[in-house]
Amino acid sequence: MGLPCEVYMGEVDVARQAPNVARMELLGARVIPVSSGSRTLKDAMNEALRDWVTNVEHTHYCVGSAAGPHPYPMVVAELQRVIGDEARGQFEIQSGGLPDAAVACVGGGSNAIGLFRAFIPDSDVALYGVEAAGEGLETGHHAATLTAGRVGVLHGARTRVLSDDDGQILEAHSISAGLDYPGVGPEHAALAESGRAVYLTATDAEALEAAELVARREGIIVALETAHAFARLADIARRERERRGRLVRVVLGLSGRGDKDLATLVGERE
Amino acid sequence: MTTERIDRCFARLREQQKTALVVYLTIGDPSVGASTACALAALEAGADILELGVPFSDPTADGPVIAAAAHRAIEQGGSLRAALRVAAAVRDKSDAPLVLFSYVNPIVAFGEAELPRAAVEAGADGLLVVDLPPEEGRELRDAAGAVGLSIIPLVAPTTDREREERVLSRASGFVYSVSLTGVTGSKQAPLAEAGKRAHELRARAGLPVVVGFGIDSAEKARSVASAGVDGVVVGTAIVKAIAASSDPPGAVRDLVGELRRGLDG
Repeated sequence: MGLPCEVYMGEVDVARQAPNVARMELLGARVIPVSSGSRTLKDAMNEALRDWVTNVEHTHYCVGSAAGPHPYPMVVAELQRVIGDEARGQFEIQSGGLPDAAVACVGGGSNAIGLFRAFIPDSDVALYGVEAAGEGLETGHHAATLTAGRVGVLHGARTRVLSDDDGQILEAHSISAGLDYPGVGPEHAALAESGRAVYLTATDAEALEAAELVARREGIIVALETAHAFARLADIARRERERRGRLVRVVLGLSGRGDKDLATLVGERE
Repeated sequence: MTTERIDRCFARLREQQKTALVVYLTIGDPSVGASTACALAALEAGADILELGVPFSDPTADGPVIAAAAHRAIEQGGSLRAALRVAAAVRDKSDAPLVLFSYVNPIVAFGEAELPRAAVEAGADGLLVVDLPPEEGRELRDAAGAVGLSIIPLVAPTTDREREERVLSRASGFVYSVSLTGVTGSKQAPLAEAGKRAHELRARAGLPVVVGFGIDSAEKARSVASAGVDGVVVGTAIVKAIAASSDPPGAVRDLVGELRRGLDG
């Protein structure tokens, strides 16, 4: 369509996701590094929103997450739903019936909501999201908004946020750029509150370990985000097996490949 | 009642054929104590209404000047509670309308049902929440209505008539008309157009209308005022003057005096 595309990205993420930046630039986007605040997704969203309100007459805004003001979480969830619909269809063909559980990592929560949406009406399919516990929930350096956050408003969405008693948003921390956000898509907050989905956490160290395990056992290099879901997979399978008293079948949303994270993966091994 | 203090202020100005000068301060920059001193200096120099800006970590409606001030202010203890303390200190010495200017998350953290009473007790008259759409915040609006705290609505150039009606439906005090599509401190505000639009809005709102965003000099203030609006808001220029001076109240006094003369001259 020949539309110019500008992408705001935190400086920290530009550095740790260099292959993604190169890919976006190759596709014709202009990537604008954001140096304010925590220099990650939260600050990139601030800048994108400022750009949008300034250029609203000739620009459209969208965000690669299920966060932000209505109707964007809904739009993103609808678009991402293809993940759940295809997973459901493939599972039906390959295994017959429905899985016992669906698992995905959650930062803003776009891939997870895409997977979950196809199964929400099937109350027998357990839904699990895995948040980033960063250096550990007790350290305060994490991005586990649903597990350790409170109700607040960030980027136009009322959801769970990491915030202090004055309502200032706290900086999130995760080794994975995609989970490093102090808010979460509001639909996840609703699913957590209703109990329809269960949210667990995995630390940076657990994610790295899981990434390595999956690489060695399956020959798949997964994104650090996805590695959080893998880190809790065995626990989830055990939990569902105990609950149901039989072997269970679990679908895990492999949200991304780990090529972009190779520098981090290799760096952390040294 | 607090809304009455705003109403009285605009009635008096109308009688004197004057335009209201609304001054915004980021509470806590350079310190909470200095904010109180700056507030009083602004009133002495001719400001009619003060907006006490609650610093927020993610001020998406603000340009770089106020955003940077907010970050400095948070470091210095600026917060909604601090803004209430400043309001109380100013109220001790002045009868000017005081409006708390905040993003919604500090209010959620404080308690939406509790804030209006605390605000009124501190002497505040209005509350302006930049990121609270008219569809939301019923608890806050009900609590504000119960204690006579005005919720000042914002109308943007992109607000269509249908939405404008919704925005204005529970308004009291005055209406804040945003001059441009953009953030605070923008240089290129189409002020003649903004003044004209605000003047039209005034008839529909049945309330005084003030124009803000992008007014940083006496000339610009006068040009907006000449379109027949009830007031102008100056924020970024004040915040910038405070940041650049070793005597913040003095800097505020000078700039507000200049703006006042520009409006009256």
